Amino acid sequence: MIRRIIWKSEIRGEQTVKDNAVLEVKNIHKSFPGVRALQGVDFTLREGEIHALMGENGAGKSTLIKVLTGVYTKDEGEIFIKGKEKAVSIHSPQEAQKLGISTVYQEITLCPNLSVAENMYIGRESSALTNWKKMNADADKILKNLDIPAKATQQLASCSIAVQQMVAIARAVDMNCKVLILDEPTSSLDEQEVEKLFGLMRDLKSRGVGIVFVTHFLDQVYEVCDRITVLRDGKLVGEYEIKDLPRVQLVSKMLGKELDDLSDIKGESKVEASDDSVPVLEARGLYSNAGIKPFDFYIKKGEVNGFTGLLGSGRSECVRAIFGADKVLGGTVKKNGKEVKITSPLTAMKNGIAYLPEDRKRDGIVGDLSVKENIILAAQVLRGFFKPFSRAEKEKFAEEYIKLLDIKTASPETPIKSLSGGNQQKVILARWLLTHPEYLILDEPTRGIDVGTKVDIQKLVLKLAGEGMSVTFISSETDEMLRTCSRLIVMRDRKVVGELSGEDLTQNKIMSTIAGGEK
Amino acid sequence: MTTKERKRSGAADFFGSLLRKQIFIPIAALLLLAIFNLIADPSFYKITLGYNSAGDPVLSGYLMTILDYGSELAILAIGMTLVTAASGGQDISVGATIAISGSVILRVLCGTNSRPDTLQAPIIVAFLVACVAAMLCGAFNGILVAYFKIQPMVATLILFTAGRSIAAWINNNELPIISDPTFSYFGGFIPGIPIPTPFFIAAACVAVIMLVMKFTNLGLYTQAVGINENSSRLNGLNPAFIKFLTFVILGVCVAVAGLIKVSRLSSINYSVIAKDIEMDAILAVALGGNSLSGGKFNMTASILGAYVIQFLTTTLYKFNVQSDALSAYKAVVVIVLVVLSTPVVRDWFTATFKKIKAGAGRKEAA
Repeated sequence: MIRRIIWKSEIRGEQTVKDNAVLEVKNIHKSFPGVRALQGVDFTLREGEIHALMGENGAGKSTLIKVLTGVYTKDEGEIFIKGKEKAVSIHSPQEAQKLGISTVYQEITLCPNLSVAENMYIGRESSALTNWKKMNADADKILKNLDIPAKATQQLASCSIAVQQMVAIARAVDMNCKVLILDEPTSSLDEQEVEKLFGLMRDLKSRGVGIVFVTHFLDQVYEVCDRITVLRDGKLVGEYEIKDLPRVQLVSKMLGKELDDLSDIKGESKVEASDDSVPVLEARGLYSNAGIKPFDFYIKKGEVNGFTGLLGSGRSECVRAIFGADKVLGGTVKKNGKEVKITSPLTAMKNGIAYLPEDRKRDGIVGDLSVKENIILAAQVLRGFFKPFSRAEKEKFAEEYIKLLDIKTASPETPIKSLSGGNQQKVILARWLLTHPEYLILDEPTRGIDVGTKVDIQKLVLKLAGEGMSVTFISSETDEMLRTCSRLIVMRDRKVVGELSGEDLTQNKIMSTIAGGEK
Repeated sequence: MTTKERKRSGAADFFGSLLRKQIFIPIAALLLLAIFNLIADPSFYKITLGYNSAGDPVLSGYLMTILDYGSELAILAIGMTLVTAASGGQDISVGATIAISGSVILRVLCGTNSRPDTLQAPIIVAFLVACVAAMLCGAFNGILVAYFKIQPMVATLILFTAGRSIAAWINNNELPIISDPTFSYFGGFIPGIPIPTPFFIAAACVAVIMLVMKFTNLGLYTQAVGINENSSRLNGLNPAFIKFLTFVILGVCVAVAGLIKVSRLSSINYSVIAKDIEMDAILAVALGGNSLSGGKFNMTASILGAYVIQFLTTTLYKFNVQSDALSAYKAVVVIVLVVLSTPVVRDWFTATFKKIKAGAGRKEAA
C-alpha cells in the first residue's frame, strides 16, 4: 500500500516545498583533484523538520555538509537562506554560524576541561564570558529550557558523551541557529542516550529549527526523520517523504541498484564448502569493545564467505574481533574443533589467521619501509625476534611475491608509500600470503584501487580458496561479493541479521535483508 | 653536446643521489669542519706522543680529544637513536641518569667509607649494579612513555629534574674518591696503550649493537613501530613493549657512559657530571640525518654524528669560545640541520637537481 503512493508524493513533495524552506541549495558542484565530489546537487531544508541525508561512503554527504558550513568553498551553485534576499556565499565556519547554520560533529569539538557554560559561550562575540554570573545564569536557563541534565558550572568532561553532545547542540541553538546539522551524532551513544538526543531533536523541531541528520543507522532515520535526501556518487538521487520510502527502497537507492531489474551475477568458479567437515574457524557469541552485538560465525576449509551490510553496520568490527585486533570481551573461538584463545593479533597469526585491514594507510602499510620489508614483516614477526630472515631469504620472498602478484614497483627497496594504492594493497596481500595462513580475512581489499587490480584480487581469492584456504571477503560492492562468496552474513546496526547462501544470493535478497523490517 | 655539459649532468646525478643518502649529512658536516680547521689553523691536526703522570705513553692533541669525548657521545647516540626511532621522541634524562649510575658505581666501590684505600668490590660488580640502576631508570621512562603514553620529553623530564638529587642521595651527598689506579683506566689510558680507552669501549658497544641489529629484528621492529603503530600491532608486534625495550637499552648505554665519566675523575660532581650531554646525544641523532619524529634510522650515521658533534665542540674550544657560549654555536647548527631536513627544503633540492638535469638533457637533445 505504501509503495503505491510513492510516485504521487514525489511530485507533490516537489511542489509544496519552497515557501517555508530555511535553507535551499541549488546545483552545487565541488571538485577535488581527480574527484568530482558533488555534481549538481539540490537540497532543501524546511522549517521544523528533521531531514536525513543518506548515502554510502563517498556519496558526497560530508562534502555537502562542509560546503554548507564553509569548510569547503563550492565551485558552482547557489545557497539560499531564509531571510536573505540573495544567494549567500559561505567562506568560513564563522560565516556559516552568523548565517544561522550550526554543526555538531560526530567527534565532540568542545573543550572537555572547561565548564559547560564556558563551552557554550567560548569564541563568541559576547560579553558573557567576562560576566561569569550572568553567563552561568544564562547557560542554566538554556539547559533547563532544553531539558538537558547538566549544570552550567559543571566541568564538561564530567558529563556523559550524550550530554556533551547535547551541550554542543545547546551551544548551537543559543546562536540562534535556524539550521542545525548533526553529523553522525549517535555513533558513540547507547540506546537510552540516543533516545534522549532524539527527544531534544524533536523539541528543537517543534521550535521551528530545521535539522539535517546524517547517520548510517536506518532504524534511527525511520524513528525520527520527516524526509530523506539520498546522494550517490556525488549526485542527487532524490528527496523523499519518510512514509513514502520503505527501507528496501532506501537501501536500493543508496546502493544504486534498482530492485527489479537486477540480474543475478553468480560466479562460475565459486567454491562451495564441503558440508560434513569441521569448520576451520568457529566463533560463538563473540563480541569486542568496538560495540558489536555478540555474533556466531563459522568458516570451512576452502570456503569463501563474506560480511555485508551498510557502512558502519559492524562488518569490519566482526572480523577485527576474530583477529583479536579489538579487545575481545566475550565468546569462544574454535580452531579446527579445538578451543583457542585469541587475545591479540599475534595469537591470531599463530593460529593461522591473516587479516588485511580496511584502512590501508592507517592500519596496513608501514609507509617509510621498503616494499621488501613490508612483505616480510608479518612472516618475520611470526618467526620471532631472534630469527631474522637472511638477506638472501628476504630478497627471494620479495621477488617471488612481486612476480606472483604482479606488483609494479621500481625495485624491492622502493618505499611502499611511493606505490599506487592498488600496488600497496598487493604488497599487503603478499605480506599475509607469505605467512601461509589457513584463514585469510580481506576487509575491503578492493577499495580505492583500479579496476584491473580489483579483478586480479577477486581471481586470486578464488584461486586461493581452490587451493584449500578459507577466505572471508568484505566489500562495499555487492557485485564483488556475489562473484566471490558462497555465503554471506548480513549485518545491520552492529548486529548479524541474516545469512544468505545458494539460491538466496541475489542483490534483491541482500538488500531486503540489509533493510530488514518491511520486505 | 660538450663534455662539460655531460659532466654537469653526471655531477647533478651524483650529487642528487648522494644528497638523498642519509650518511651524506654527517660526512658533509665533518668535511666542512675538517676543511675549516685546516685553513684556520693546521696545528689542529697535530698529534704528539707524550707521557702522562704515571709515566705511560699517551697520544695527545685535538683529534685525540675528539676520539676520547666523542666516544661517550657515540655510546649514548646508539640508545638515543633507538628511542627516537620507536617513540618519536627523545630521552632528556640521560645526563641525570649518568649521574645516578656513576654514583652507584662509586657507592659500590667505596662501600661505607667514602675514601677507601682499597676497592670494596670488583669494578665489574660495581658496573653491573650501575647497569641495573640505569636500566631501571630507563624502564621508568619507558613505562611512562609506552604504557601511560606520555610524551617522551615530558616523561623523561621527571628524571631530568630529580636524577642529580637522587645521585647525591645515593652517596649521602658525600664526594667519594677512588684511589685505585685501575679504575682510572676506563676514562683514561690503559698502561702501554697510547689511545684513550673510551674509544675502545665505544668500539665494543658499536660492535655489540651491530651484531644485535644483524641477529635480531630490533631494527625492523623499532622502525615499524615508529612509522606506523597501528599497522605494527596488526602485524603481531607489541608497540608498547618495543618502546619500553628501547628505553631500557638506552639505560645500558647510560651505564657505560657513566662508568667512563666517573672513571675520568675517579670521583663525581653531582651537579656538573655529564651536564647537557643529552642535548649533544640528541644532536648526534639529528646530525646523522635521522628524523627526530621517529621511524627509519641509520645507526652508523648517528654514531658518526656523535663524533662530528665532538669535533664541533673541540673546534669551538680551540678558538677560545667560552663554554657558556658553546650552546649558542651549537644552536646555529641545530637550526641549519632542522631546516635542511624539512620536507620543504628537501623538495626544493630535489626539484633544483631535476631542473639542472633537465637543462643538461635539453642541451644534449639539441
